[in-house]
Amino acid sequence: MSGLHLKDLSKRFGNFTAVDDVDLTVPHGTFVCMLGPSGCGKTTLLRMIAGLEEPLAGAILLDDEDMTPVPTHKRNLGMVFQSLALFPHLTVGENIAYPLRIRGVDKNGQRKRVEELLALVHLPGYAARPVSKLSGGQRQRVAIARALALSPRLFLLDEPLSALDAKLREAMQVELRQLQQKLGITTIVVTHDQREAMTMADLVVVMGEGRIRQAASPIEIYRKPADAFVADFIGSTNLLEVKADRAGRAITLGQPIAGLSLPEGMARGLVSIRPEDVHLAGSANGAFRGKVTFVRDLGGTIETFVEVGGTTIVAVTTPRERGDIEAGTEVGVTLPAESCVVLKQ
Amino acid sequence: MRREPPRTIADYTPLAFPAIMLIIFFVVPFSTMIAVSFFRRQQGGFYTPDFVIDNYGRFLSAFFGGVLGFSLMLAIMVAVICVAIAFPFTYLLTKTSRRVQIVWLVCLLSVLSLSEVIIGFAWSTLFSRTAGITNLLVAAGLMSEPQALLPGFGAVLTGMVYQALPYTILVLYPALVRLDPTLLEAARTLGASPLRGFINIIVPALRNTIVATLIMVFVFALGSYLLPQILGRPQHWTLSVLITDQAIYQSNMPFAAAMAVFLVLISLALVGLTLLVGGRREATA
Repeated sequence: MSGLHLKDLSKRFGNFTAVDDVDLTVPHGTFVCMLGPSGCGKTTLLRMIAGLEEPLAGAILLDDEDMTPVPTHKRNLGMVFQSLALFPHLTVGENIAYPLRIRGVDKNGQRKRVEELLALVHLPGYAARPVSKLSGGQRQRVAIARALALSPRLFLLDEPLSALDAKLREAMQVELRQLQQKLGITTIVVTHDQREAMTMADLVVVMGEGRIRQAASPIEIYRKPADAFVADFIGSTNLLEVKADRAGRAITLGQPIAGLSLPEGMARGLVSIRPEDVHLAGSANGAFRGKVTFVRDLGGTIETFVEVGGTTIVAVTTPRERGDIEAGTEVGVTLPAESCVVLKQ
Repeated sequence: MRREPPRTIADYTPLAFPAIMLIIFFVVPFSTMIAVSFFRRQQGGFYTPDFVIDNYGRFLSAFFGGVLGFSLMLAIMVAVICVAIAFPFTYLLTKTSRRVQIVWLVCLLSVLSLSEVIIGFAWSTLFSRTAGITNLLVAAGLMSEPQALLPGFGAVLTGMVYQALPYTILVLYPALVRLDPTLLEAARTLGASPLRGFINIIVPALRNTIVATLIMVFVFALGSYLLPQILGRPQHWTLSVLITDQAIYQSNMPFAAAMAVFLVLISLALVGLTLLVGGRREATA
């Protein structure tokens, strides 16, 4: 099968298990985002794919070829580091030409390829500049161009955009995605920013404590999180404890959620419901009654914090679909069954 | 933090103490030496104030030229060998665990606590025929009979490299420890073997540090005076030995001063030249 296959990879540092029995198949040309909190093993996994760390067990297969024993410099991959690792003593052009120089490409070929790559990352004419004179976004582009110089089989990026300010980061996310689609290259990005993952990825891999918690398309991860960890990490969510009554109906906060029942054999669990799926009714005629404790009006969206039986439920609405609800008012809260995801506790 | 240029005299007061120290312990003695180098020598030991340039004229002779050339060559060799050994060593040291690094650094510091005399005599024992390292080689069957490895140029060079190496490592260490470890990793992902990445990324990235270290070791080795006498033959004596000989045993202060001033000027010129070449390469890079 063409693509990348990680087979039961594990890695330990002393007593700490960084990556625990990870198994993943990435079809050729896929954009993968590894997402997780710091220390979840995502960077270690990326470094193992790059050959910078040796796995304790398992194998890395690229197009059915075992890469595990191949040293980094023979794997033909492009990697962008968090620090970018631009060579400070070389110019932009020399940085990008470095891999070409090592492969013995002649001067003319080097210059042509450098110009091509600079055009690709929208920095034409920058070849002669010293790296130290570039802005953060420009350095980013140079690092990307350098990593792509040899048309690698795999494009790896370790928190590539974390040093940029929010606006530039969002623009670069779009650009990176478009670049990847243009080149059709299998790409793996490590990030802790779920917006970044949602923007760019075909496949989001959520990691926690060294294991893959869920690997699926961004919208599936968002809509159907596999467990409470994923639901909580991707976007914000309301997690409510539920238990089943004798008829199997889901009971939370002392009341059933209309139309929702727990799967057979599940006595208690969690319900995840996204804030934008929570409905508020100004007159207190919903299923749950609560008191508004805080309103965060962000202009485009309004977050309303409602306390129901000692638990805070957050609802997000746009200003248009919402009447005047102020802190202190009593409201009715409806949790539509079709938006609720039942998770194991 | 905002820094304003000093305006009043009071703003300069923090500089007063170092300035006074520099004047008392450096400017005054050095000026005195420059002055003495132009004085006229009296037969019998002393000298009278005067302005003669004979003292400088004297070492235009082939003998002093030879000694000067040898001193500079020796110092340059020591500097190059020290940096060539210390740079890869220190780089590998920074890759080890914190505890290993501390043990190594403490050992290196303890070498610094040895005086030049002890280092000299230790090496003269190690290089001797009766108790030296050649006896080990004989015991190992690599040599037929023990040999004396001193006095000789190799012995002088070894002793001086041994003495200067801890300094070299300690000067290189901070720069190498701060070096971004992903530079080499990046080179590896771009197709360079670790050795190749080290040679064409790590070394050039630290070019300024390397040049500064070369200069430091060069200046350090140029002042060496004891080791060439303990481990070398008279032809391996440096200008520092001759200066001491003139100043103390021949009681020719003006000539000794002139040689010292000349040595300082030559080393300053070499250092300046190195910086100039380095700076020019920086500009074209």
